[in-house]
Order: sequence, then C-alpha cells, then structure tokens
Amino acid sequence: MPLTDQLRDDILASVPSLRAFAISLSGNGDRADDLVQETLLRAIANIDSFQPGSNLPAWLFTILRNLFRSDYRKRRREVEDAEGNYAKTLKTQPAQNAHLEFEEFRAALDKLPQDQREALILVGASGFSYEDAAAICGCAVGTIKSRVNRARSKLSALLYVEGAEDFGPDDTVRAVIGGNGG
Amino acid sequence: MKHRDLTSRGNVDQIMKETKKQGGLNAEIQSRIGHQLRAMYDDVVRQGVPDRFAELIRKLDDPAEVAKHLAETDEQQAAKNDGRD
Repeated sequence: MPLTDQLRDDILASVPSLRAFAISLSGNGDRADDLVQETLLRAIANIDSFQPGSNLPAWLFTILRNLFRSDYRKRRREVEDAEGNYAKTLKTQPAQNAHLEFEEFRAALDKLPQDQREALILVGASGFSYEDAAAICGCAVGTIKSRVNRARSKLSALLYVEGAEDFGPDDTVRAVIGGNGG
Repeated sequence: MKHRDLTSRGNVDQIMKETKKQGGLNAEIQSRIGHQLRAMYDDVVRQGVPDRFAELIRKLDDPAEVAKHLAETDEQQAAKNDGRD
C-alpha cells in the first residue's frame, strides 16, 4: 500500500518498541539506533509489500530482526564493555542496588543463545503472541514456545540457583562454615 | 528506573527455599524474571521517539530520498566491513 499519513504515524508510533527490541538484542544503544534507522528506511522503501490491515509492528520487528541477524553474521558480536553501554542509554540511572541487579540481569540475558533471547524478548517483553513471534522469527509456534521455556529456565539458573543452597556446601565451604559457626 | 515491584536478593534466597519445599515450583522466580525483563524493555519504550527518527520519517515522503538514504547506509556498512576484515 502507499505510504499514507496514517501509516507514517503508525510507523513512528512503533519506534519506541523497535528501539527497546534492538537494544535488548544488541546490548548496545548506538548500534540499536542504527538498526532502527535502517529498519525504518527499508520499511518505507518496501512499503508496497506491506499488507493493509496486517500487523504493522510485527512486520517492522521482522525487518529489524532480519537486519540484526545478517549484521550479526557479518561481524559477530562485538565485545561488550564491562559497564554496559546499555546503561548509558537510560535517561534515569537506577539506584545503586537496583543498578547492580539490573547489570546482572543484562549479563545473564546476554549469555542466552540468540534464538532463545529473541523469543523471550518478543513474548515476554514486547507482548507478541506466540503466533506473531513465530512469524517474526520464521519458525513454528512450538519452536518459539520451547525457546521461551528454555530461556526462562536458563535465566533462572544463571540468576538465582547459584545463590541458593541447592548443591550443598563442598568440603572447603563446610570447613569454613564449621570454623566460623560454633 | 524503578524496581519497586521487585523483591530484594535476600528475599530471592528465601523464595528459593520456599519453592524447594513446594516441590521445586519456581513460579516466583519466573514472575521475577518477567518483571525484570519488562522493566528493562519499558525503560527504553518510555524514552519515546528520539528527534532523529521523527525527522527521518518526515523527510521520507519522497521515494528518491529513501533510496538515497539507503545507499548511504549501505556504503557506510561496506566501509565498516572493509575496515574490519
């Protein structure tokens, strides 16, 4: 369909969530905005292929996701700086404790395989249905469900299981506990 | 960035103990992960539309303008990749 004012407004209205998706995928604010810009350009250049009445955000997310994928293949993931570029994109800095927790979460998210990370973000944060997420990623609905489940399990293991008393203290730890305990 | 909905780390350990008692059900942990994920995401969403994108969309009435921008983007990309490889 032609680029109407309405369509242009709708595209613009998708920009905030496109940025959030791009930052979640890439972990890098500058690169995320480049991705969003290229997504907008390609969307408008190919607006004829957009089906009126179909899901515009899903169409835009598909473009962004494919751009990220091809970019990723070209240059692999750049090394993230330890402080996290992501934090710099935030207007309000989280309080210290929350900030630490936030960085831990971000780091755990980055450890997920890309397939799982994108599935989790699309369903758990962007609010797409499993069906839409499957269409965006070009895979079966069941595949998305299993990726989301694996992502959740892995995140909970990375973030919470280590700190809990799941595995029982080894001998060294037991000795320390014994020594201090009394 | 507010994490007011989230429990503290100490509480998580407590939750882990409690959920273990309940047969390993980790609904609390999953709920917490969901909160964190959305907090991270929504923080960016709340920033709205940066000016550069609003201007870009305004300028792109003209298909020729779009093609020009895309060509520039491709060139920059090619230059970056050349530099890298």
